[in-house]
Amino acid sequence: MTTDGASGAIRAGTVETLRQRAIDVRLRDLKMIHGARLGHIGGEFSAADILVTLYFGGVLRYDPQNPDDPERERFVLSKGHSAAALYTTLALAGYFEESELDTFLQPHSALNGHPDRNKVPGVETNTGPLGHGFPVAVGIALSGAMDDADRRTFVLTGDGELQEGSMWEAAMAADHYRLDKLVCIVDRNRLQQGDRTELTMALDPLPDKFRAFGWAVREVDGNDPAALLEVFAALPFETDKPNCIIANTTKGKGISFIEDRKEWHHRIPTDEEYAQAVVELEGSRA
Amino acid sequence: MTAQTPAPAELFDCRDAFAETLVELAQADPRVVAVVNDSLGSTKLSKLDKALPGRVINVGIAEQDMVGIGAGLANGGKVPFVSGASPFLTARALEQIKVDAAYTGANVKLVGVSSGVAYGELGPTHHSIEDIAWTRAIDRLVVIVPADPVETAQAIRAAYDYEGPVFVRTSRIGVPIVHPDDYRFEIGRSVRLRDGEDVTIMANGVVVARALAAAELLAADGVEARVVNMATVAPLDREAIVAAATETGGIVTAEEAIVRGGLGGAVAEVVAEEAPVRMRLLGFPGFCPTGSATFLLDHFGLNADGIAAAAREVIGS
Repeated sequence: MTTDGASGAIRAGTVETLRQRAIDVRLRDLKMIHGARLGHIGGEFSAADILVTLYFGGVLRYDPQNPDDPERERFVLSKGHSAAALYTTLALAGYFEESELDTFLQPHSALNGHPDRNKVPGVETNTGPLGHGFPVAVGIALSGAMDDADRRTFVLTGDGELQEGSMWEAAMAADHYRLDKLVCIVDRNRLQQGDRTELTMALDPLPDKFRAFGWAVREVDGNDPAALLEVFAALPFETDKPNCIIANTTKGKGISFIEDRKEWHHRIPTDEEYAQAVVELEGSRA
Repeated sequence: MTAQTPAPAELFDCRDAFAETLVELAQADPRVVAVVNDSLGSTKLSKLDKALPGRVINVGIAEQDMVGIGAGLANGGKVPFVSGASPFLTARALEQIKVDAAYTGANVKLVGVSSGVAYGELGPTHHSIEDIAWTRAIDRLVVIVPADPVETAQAIRAAYDYEGPVFVRTSRIGVPIVHPDDYRFEIGRSVRLRDGEDVTIMANGVVVARALAAAELLAADGVEARVVNMATVAPLDREAIVAAATETGGIVTAEEAIVRGGLGGAVAEVVAEEAPVRMRLLGFPGFCPTGSATFLLDHFGLNADGIAAAAREVIGS
């Protein structure tokens, strides 16, 4: 499957398809984490709509049959702990068999707790420790700029991750090199492992910080595929400026008792909680 | 017997060989770029910047970003030589070297200049005596410590030819040429610079010339020391180590690095497992005092006298 990488019209039915896909990703992700007894549900569910919109909304230009195509557009998951959501998305996109998702975290599985480029097609760089993917994405975008290529680079960061100094080194460099084909999406769910971001190490006013670093910034409801499609269609936002999308999201989005609760950063659902979560997700299909 | 290593006739700064080789590679291959951390002068890569404008990316004083951007450039098809002072490149960006370069398997070349105690008088913040121990502990990372400009040039070419992450640890301390013009460096292969059956001296980097001088002193006393240049620390030439142990019965390692975990540690690991023999590990015992690089090397016995004395201890003579 090759997507057309369209930045233009949003097709009728696309939004509803994306909504269904996002539920597919969440259900599959939840099953993996419940089965493996390990994972990061909160940040994966906040990011699910972003991933689905990139991969199935005609935004990212990619070919799962040719994952090393030099001209592919790149997606970098800087918040590597959301690996299960990425694996699910890549499987649904055709990078590998969906059945492989059942091996998540099993001995010798390619599907490690954090993504490994050498084992999983579609992964661009190995992440896990925070503050790594963004600088690498800047390097990828810079290679494109040096080649005068039209390919874009998308990177998804956590918001807590922006407490790492390397992120702002990268932000500075992206502006310095005028990387207008670089798109940084911040999964702004306002929670990190231990507490709310603003109580841990405040990030606000986050859009102003990116603007001060030379970025063109848009804010969007990051759990709304229609809004996401619209903002992706508006790329590039400004000439010669890197693009920042502050995606305001809800951690654990889609499950009532998980949403916006810090303990669900990496809590594992009990069997009863799992059953209820499945009911809620299936119920949201209508 | 004096305490000083005799001054050789002509000394070379290996950064020149690095920069000149990189210019040649970049002229021949448009994918070759350099990434620096405001270190255009200290890496001598201003030569490349002048020869091929646009091919040196200066990320400013930001080592983590430098390595990450290097890995990203490799993802985009470039062959980046990420170059800066070794203490900052390795220590500040060690997690990036581990994850972005080595674990990812990115085709990134890391060149640490002014390693060891090259910045002698500037003190331990600017010494890079731990870098060999740190980098050789990282899986999939090739670690090369060239001895002279001939080997530096070839190590840079070998790093370019090799598909994967490489760390080349070079210096600014003046060194004599120890390799002939027809010398051919290969990753993972050590080179015997002097034959001998009584004891082996294994060294790399700026200490190789001093090891050869030590062998001269020993020869004057009738002791024939084998001198092996262990330029590649990872992957290690295990065969040469086992041969040295079994054929000469004792090994002295000498390196411009802390004595824990570097070349000496690497050789000792093989000796302990494969062919236990007496060893002496020469290097710096810890943070070094103030003084020039030459003073520090001499002060800590990394000179002809110190290495020869260690060899005599190993032999038991």
